[in-house]
Amino acid sequence: MKVFVQRLIDDKVGLFGLIGILLVVLLALLAPLIAPYKPDTMFTEHVLEGPSSQFLFGTDEFGRDIFSRIIYGAQVSLQVGLIAVGIGAIGGLILGLISGYFQGKVDQVIMRVMDVFFAFPDILLALTIIAVLGPNLTNTMIAIGIVFMPVFTRLVRSAVMTVKENEYITNAQAIGVRPSLIIVRHITPNIMAPFIVQITLALSGAILTEAALSFLGLGVQPPNPSWGVMLNDARTYMEFAPWTILFPAVAIVMTIFCFNLLGDSLRDLLDPKLKQ
Amino acid sequence: MYAYIIRRLLMLVPVLFGVSVVIFFTLRIIPGDVAQTILGTDATKESLAQLRKDFGLDRPVIEQYITWMSGVLMGDFGESMTTGREVLPDILNRFKITFELTILSAILSWIIAIPLGVIAGIKRNTKTDFTVRIVSLLGVSIPNFALATVLILILALTFSYSPPVGYVGFFEDPIRNLQIMLLPSIVLGTAMAGAVMRMTRSSILEILRQDFIRTIRAKGAKERLVIFNHALRNAMIPILTIIGMQIGVLLGGTVIIEQIFSLPGLGQLVLTSINQRDFTVIQGAILFIAFVFVLVNLLVDILYSYLDPRITYK
Repeated sequence: MKVFVQRLIDDKVGLFGLIGILLVVLLALLAPLIAPYKPDTMFTEHVLEGPSSQFLFGTDEFGRDIFSRIIYGAQVSLQVGLIAVGIGAIGGLILGLISGYFQGKVDQVIMRVMDVFFAFPDILLALTIIAVLGPNLTNTMIAIGIVFMPVFTRLVRSAVMTVKENEYITNAQAIGVRPSLIIVRHITPNIMAPFIVQITLALSGAILTEAALSFLGLGVQPPNPSWGVMLNDARTYMEFAPWTILFPAVAIVMTIFCFNLLGDSLRDLLDPKLKQ
Repeated sequence: MYAYIIRRLLMLVPVLFGVSVVIFFTLRIIPGDVAQTILGTDATKESLAQLRKDFGLDRPVIEQYITWMSGVLMGDFGESMTTGREVLPDILNRFKITFELTILSAILSWIIAIPLGVIAGIKRNTKTDFTVRIVSLLGVSIPNFALATVLILILALTFSYSPPVGYVGFFEDPIRNLQIMLLPSIVLGTAMAGAVMRMTRSSILEILRQDFIRTIRAKGAKERLVIFNHALRNAMIPILTIIGMQIGVLLGGTVIIEQIFSLPGLGQLVLTSINQRDFTVIQGAILFIAFVFVLVNLLVDILYSYLDPRITYK
């Protein structure tokens, strides 16, 4: 573990990503302390004002402070990212473990169902689920979680099938250790490397999908300060108030960029082929 | 090979059947009365009952599914609940636009991504490589809707240019058509270029390390020949995988881009029908997209064996 952390610190690109993510997390956690105003406070006499010392990133069409809304928006993005990926990762882990370990008919059924989900482009599947559940924050997280589940299932299944062939597993099976114990104690810890890399990459994907859905008006609903909602709202005024679009766009891009940097770096560190 | 293609085509049947089941029954879970949503709160009881009768909404769900599926198998996707138009011709007409957008974006991204990926791979750990890597990662990280809006903004502020409104078919007026499609294609192509660039770079790196490359170099082959005739051809397999996946992503990604640039493509049709709760259009369009999606994946698999004769399918 120590070696791993040291290598991560040595890898400047990954470290940059990690620092960026920690900054976003800090912003989200300390939002009430950092943000000068509440995200929904309207300053009606300061509508669409450019950046100033009073409003660092300017104000939007309702006179709300864009800087404060971006900081609170980080809460929404991270919340969606963590919960949606949590749903996808845990669901995928359970299904992948069962599928990969037991194989046979169970595996066939699970994987054929996953094939069906793989036949949908991500955003369309999310849109369909939202159409059924209705657009709001919770349903957005559920929809994204379901969309991500097949990727995790496939990844875990193939990792389990590789690990299962190791002698320590066949030994454990031979002395009669219960399958549930083998899965939890011996298999799960050994498939964590690709699983963690996928989580990091899925986090950026989830934040991106949430922003896209909210941009289309089918994700987080106004007046919640989602970056996607802010971007969509700003389209009407962007030509004479470009700050309304630039700052939320930079926030989305930088956050996803940092997650991708860290994901890339982790993949390089945890992939034995690339270590050589 | 043919046996493999036929088997793969047959395997599409259960997948598409699964998609049809998922989409049909998922839409039926939607709470509330669809007829009421479509006709509005002012609708009379009679008109509501008529709509339910016309679209079979008053019959058991299983029966509705069987009727729909039998129609689909005969090439009849039913009629739109809101416009009354035939669904399949509408889908096909709109798919032409989405298809053009996808192909243009893909071509644009390959022109940029493959050469840059190769250069980054050859010049590993140099400034060029570092720049290409950062640019490609940025390409992957910029959401297409953010790029589209910022690009429109920059063009409006610096050149007072706004994207042309209204769609014109390629065969009607090719120049006008390309003017309309250029900006959306650049936006969609950027994200794909990032992913393809990354894959090209890592595949080239992997191939250049292999023994056969060393042998070819030892024989005195020109470096250009080594790269283009041997390394790139072998590196194309993973690149193709990502291209296949990206084309699928593009098909879905057009939903947002078509909305921003007011292109009447398939994505916009899906979005409008979702907002209007037009079941027949949603299920027809999504089944069609899924069909194209799995077909593209199959095509990629077949292309593998063309590029690498070592891959044989049984």
